[in-house]
Amino acid sequence: MMIAVAWRNVWRNKTRSLVITIAMSLGLASGIFYMGFYRGMMDQRIQTAIATEASHIQVHHKSYLENPDKKFFITQVDSTLDAIRKETGVNAVSSRIILNTMIQSAATGSGVKITGIVPENEKLVTNLYTKIAEGSWFKDGKRNPIVIGRKLADKLKVKLKSKVVITLQDMEGNMTAAAFKVEGIFETSNTAYDENCVFVQKADLARVMVMEENACHEIAVLLNDNALLDQVNTELIGKFPDLDIKNWREVMPEVYLLESSFNLTMFIFIGIILLALLFGIINTMLMAVLERTKELGMLMAIGMNKTRVFMMILLETAMLALFGGMWGILLGWLLNFWFGIQGIDLGAWSTAYESMGFDTLIYTHLPLSVSLQIAWMVMVTGILAAIYPAIKALKLKPAEAVRIDM
Amino acid sequence: MKVIEVTNLIKIYNESEVKVNALNGIDLGIEEGEFTAIVGPSGSGKTTFLNMLGGLDMPTAGEIRVGGTDICGLSSSQLIDFRLRNIGFVFQAYNLIPVLTAIENVEFIMQLQGTPKQERETRAKELLHQVGLGDRMNSRPAKLSGGQQQRVAVARALASKPKFVLADEPTANLDSKSTENLLDMMEELNRKEQVTFIFSTHDQRVVHKARRVITLEDGLVISDERK
Repeated sequence: MMIAVAWRNVWRNKTRSLVITIAMSLGLASGIFYMGFYRGMMDQRIQTAIATEASHIQVHHKSYLENPDKKFFITQVDSTLDAIRKETGVNAVSSRIILNTMIQSAATGSGVKITGIVPENEKLVTNLYTKIAEGSWFKDGKRNPIVIGRKLADKLKVKLKSKVVITLQDMEGNMTAAAFKVEGIFETSNTAYDENCVFVQKADLARVMVMEENACHEIAVLLNDNALLDQVNTELIGKFPDLDIKNWREVMPEVYLLESSFNLTMFIFIGIILLALLFGIINTMLMAVLERTKELGMLMAIGMNKTRVFMMILLETAMLALFGGMWGILLGWLLNFWFGIQGIDLGAWSTAYESMGFDTLIYTHLPLSVSLQIAWMVMVTGILAAIYPAIKALKLKPAEAVRIDM
Repeated sequence: MKVIEVTNLIKIYNESEVKVNALNGIDLGIEEGEFTAIVGPSGSGKTTFLNMLGGLDMPTAGEIRVGGTDICGLSSSQLIDFRLRNIGFVFQAYNLIPVLTAIENVEFIMQLQGTPKQERETRAKELLHQVGLGDRMNSRPAKLSGGQQQRVAVARALASKPKFVLADEPTANLDSKSTENLLDMMEELNRKEQVTFIFSTHDQRVVHKARRVITLEDGLVISDERK
């Protein structure tokens, strides 16, 4: 009966309860929608980072990441690739030669990171080949093709079939240069990547660098599922103690920061909304208690003890908070569901977003566990909001509260 | 057998550094089954005295024994429990819980006592029939007349099977017909069920029905008349 009394008390003043309920619903729905938007944007960034840039795990020579010099390469690549392929959870592997150097066109030059790849292997690991906007992905089998980003092509003022010259130092320390023909131009959602990364065939780059064929600077490993990351990473570390095994979180800490800071961001953001609502609920409940002074005094007079009075006010407040909270979560979830399918087009701000590596079509997404965490936060807010009005009710003295009638 | 024994009851209020002597040494006893009215002009100490009997306020000195228990020695939480199990209250403005129906209002106090659902439902129905509201059990207070609300309040007061019922100006807000009906009903309960009623009142119709009339003035009993 206590629950029935509390619920009916909540709706005694319908307008007042509705106002605070609507305020809670809208506040929370906006918060949840924003978190869904943020999470969607973050997930897409991570997905792009894994699929286009870093893959799940990268293998290097022990000294390479500290000092990315061409002399720190991995030997016996073929057997290493075979061993990694046999690991459970590994989907595909690709070896790469990487060099930071200069590229020049007839018009101008630029510093780039040149990556020598085995095209058919790279296709299995990254989805860069799907980002080709013009030309093709190493199709014609000619010597020295190069695939560059749209931003770099614009900067160098080159088109398909234009010649560019790569200047580099070979393994023996001699300055050398080689001409490459633009075979493809790619466009990702990360303009910085498009400007700084170019791809050539591994065999071509090895020949120019006078580097042995069965060597590379990096092995990229794609897993079947990101959930297997820690497990496979640990197994590879055990298997190849002489190599440096790092997962994408270590390779791209700026992307990992997005993932790891999500919960903190959510707690702060939703916390601020709930803090504002907390005072709204306290105000509503305080009014509800003060206008029921006589009734609460009567209840204490006839024998309702303080614990029960406290519990009744607590229940009323928690119900009010939960009712508003549930509608807010539902509305927020519906918004996330709708925009998770339709997407939100941020094309108008594409320059800003793409320069930071974010897609401009964002699909909102919020896992159920996060919604449950928010529901839990609403519950805590409800309980906190109940404390002051309930203490106020407990301070009533029954004789004084009902005196007007006595 | 005495339900209430009051010995040398004194209450002094210290408000704004001015001492107000509300009760100046009252000695009296109330027997089981009495139908007693406490009368007196405003400021005579009726309300204070009733608050003391109901354990809603503590005396400055003296003793109140209810069924042999000195209620002045109980802690505030013990007092709440004591009131729940021993005293029935009927207030001037009915003071029912507006969100509950008549039967739920009567059941509520039994739920506080921990009475099982089946038992409290049966008793609540029985009591509402007794006070003549068998057909209005599921009405909320707002849908009942003042007289009907006060009848629900009487049923609620009796639901906890108290040792006595304290009724403070129970007819003050009622018209003469409702007053008459209510008094007849309470008198019948008193005669048939031996329920002890103690009223504080200005109403001569209540005084007329009462079988004992205690008159207070300046915090003292100036007359104690049995009919």
